[in-house]
Amino acid sequence: MKILVGLKRVVDYTVRVQVKPDGSGVATDGVKMSINPFDEIALEEALRLRETGKATEVIVATIGPQAAMQQLDSGLAMGANRAIHVKTDRAVQPLTAARAFMKLIEQEKPDLVILGKQAIDDDANQTGQMIAALWDRPQATFASKIEVDGSSLHVTREVDAGLETLAIDLPAVVTVDLRLNTPRFIKLPDIMKAKAKPRAVLELDSLGVESGDQLSYVNYVAPPKRQKGAMVADVPALVAALKQKGLI
Amino acid sequence: MSKVLIIAEHTNGQLNVAATAKCVSCAVKMQPSAIEVLVLAVDASQVAAQAALIAGVTQVIAVSNSANAHALAAVFAPQVVQAAAGYTHVFGPSTTFGKDLMPRVAALLGVSQISDVMAVIDAHTFNRPIYAGNVVATVKAPAGQIVVATVRNASFQAAGAQASAAPIVVKTLDAALPTHTRFVGIVGGSSERPDLQTAAIVISGGRAMGSADNFKLIYDFADKLKAGVGASRAAVDAGYAPNDMQVGQTGKIISPGLYVAVGISGAIQHLTGIKDAGTIVAINKDAEAPIFEIADIGLVGDLFTIVPELMRAL
Ligand SMILES: Cc1cc2nc3c(=O)[nH]c(=O)nc-3n(C[C@H](O)[C@H](O)[C@H](O)COP(=O)(O)OP(=O)(O)OC[C@H]3O[C@@H](n4cnc5c(N)ncnc54)[C@H](O)[C@@H]3O)c2cc1C
Ligand SMILES: Nc1ncnc2c1ncn2[C@@H]1O[C@H](COP(=O)(O)O)[C@@H](O)[C@H]1O
Repeated sequence: MKILVGLKRVVDYTVRVQVKPDGSGVATDGVKMSINPFDEIALEEALRLRETGKATEVIVATIGPQAAMQQLDSGLAMGANRAIHVKTDRAVQPLTAARAFMKLIEQEKPDLVILGKQAIDDDANQTGQMIAALWDRPQATFASKIEVDGSSLHVTREVDAGLETLAIDLPAVVTVDLRLNTPRFIKLPDIMKAKAKPRAVLELDSLGVESGDQLSYVNYVAPPKRQKGAMVADVPALVAALKQKGLI
Repeated sequence: MSKVLIIAEHTNGQLNVAATAKCVSCAVKMQPSAIEVLVLAVDASQVAAQAALIAGVTQVIAVSNSANAHALAAVFAPQVVQAAAGYTHVFGPSTTFGKDLMPRVAALLGVSQISDVMAVIDAHTFNRPIYAGNVVATVKAPAGQIVVATVRNASFQAAGAQASAAPIVVKTLDAALPTHTRFVGIVGGSSERPDLQTAAIVISGGRAMGSADNFKLIYDFADKLKAGVGASRAAVDAGYAPNDMQVGQTGKIISPGLYVAVGISGAIQHLTGIKDAGTIVAINKDAEAPIFEIADIGLVGDLFTIVPELMRAL
């Protein structure tokens, strides 16, 4: 089984981003960038499938600027076999990302595509579902457990009502939730070893991808802040405050 | 004029009324000429009858098909695409049902999706949260093509009931449906308690609970107030509470009248889930915990003494 994993370069989850004063965007200059946390989990799962003999090759791919090679480097250091960098300086929207992934799928013919359930910058939660639609293949989103069963997978999904299990035939798309696994840490020798691994670089503009960047982001603002309230000294004061607000 | 199609979420013959009614409320803001609800089910009649009673709904389209026993995105999406012809907008709720289904619909229609609509500016312009709710973006969809969106439940009041039910039209769709995706089973759903997403009061426990056994204190407290129960990611990861209770960026986004955070530090990813709550109460032993920055009422102290005392006082 060949697995393709999407790694998106995003602002690190510990950074509290600021809106630019003119509302034209979000200030990301000089901010710490990382692999989208869900995508690390996606890669970890792919590596485990390879290490348990269920997969043979793990390819990491990103669609992003020159600097996104750093995230692919990390992915290779974690253990991916090779990397594909689809270069573009535009911030691509999910439909474009999905269409670009389709080009890679046509080239690589993976049996499984594993992505994060959402990128923590755009919080779109779309790309995996869109790939599955364009590919006309199964999707199992929000996975918290993946089991291989011959030519299909049993995927447990975190849904509002609890844990749902689907059986899906390969090839398929799985998007992962946080509790699927805990990604491994990269050790220094891994970084050295990864230097020799193959990295293919393609230009998005030369792939013949029809742009799906249909939405224009016309303004950005910080959300209204909740006011800091009052501290109470003890339980009776808390009960009194709740009664006064008519909440109990 | 806009014509909106809303995809109904339902289980076991019961419409998810709140999720659907909030999509209706969102649609109403565009002053459309029609708001119609699509019900895909094995036997759609019962759910369709419930949808017809939501104020603002002008028509319900009931599609019964044995392939619709479970809400599989791969099976629902081709039907939604077929049913969507003639509409200007297709909306679904930002629940795991809608998040799973709607992007598949959008991609089949060849359009972008607007995720988590929190406000309507006009029929093609919407506000949506990005960066875990740290930023609100105004997004414009191109005129002249269908708009596919999910509606952030916590941002809208559920539409009420209407006295006379909207007409129900029975339809058959002949879209080819795949068999590559099969439902195996579902576990979960702590059912006797009020649903986390619609409860007027929610009590949540964090890592500080220390064990699944100790987490019972949260359940007891919640039962006393007829409240729903939530948890931080740390509490869920540690196995103190099931995943369907997680509140936050990657869990449920809720808007109860009263939210009580017990032993939760107030990480940004957690706060994203409770920003729209009416009153936030925080109980934490650390006076510097970030949760106090946004709490309306804060009490510093050990939860294991405060909560029992509070229960006796209520
Ligand atoms: C991509 C991503 C997505 C995430 N999504 C979510 C999400 O959806 N929801 C979510 O909740 N988190 C989410 N997180 C995790 C989040 O960053 C925090 O790690 C988590 O919310 C912390 O949970 P906590 O407050 O229970 O634990 P902690 O941060 O450990 O806080 C425990 C608190 O309990 C207090 N305490 C300890 N003992 C007592 C006592 N006896 N009495 C009173 N107070 C006590 C402590 O002072 C502390 O403030 C996400 C993280 C990432 C990276
Ligand atoms: N530009 C990109 N490069 C690589 N992977 C991406 C990109 N955009 C989205 N993805 C993948 O799709 C997932 C969901 O992203 P989104 O739909 O933007 O929330 C991410 O977690 C990634 O795995």
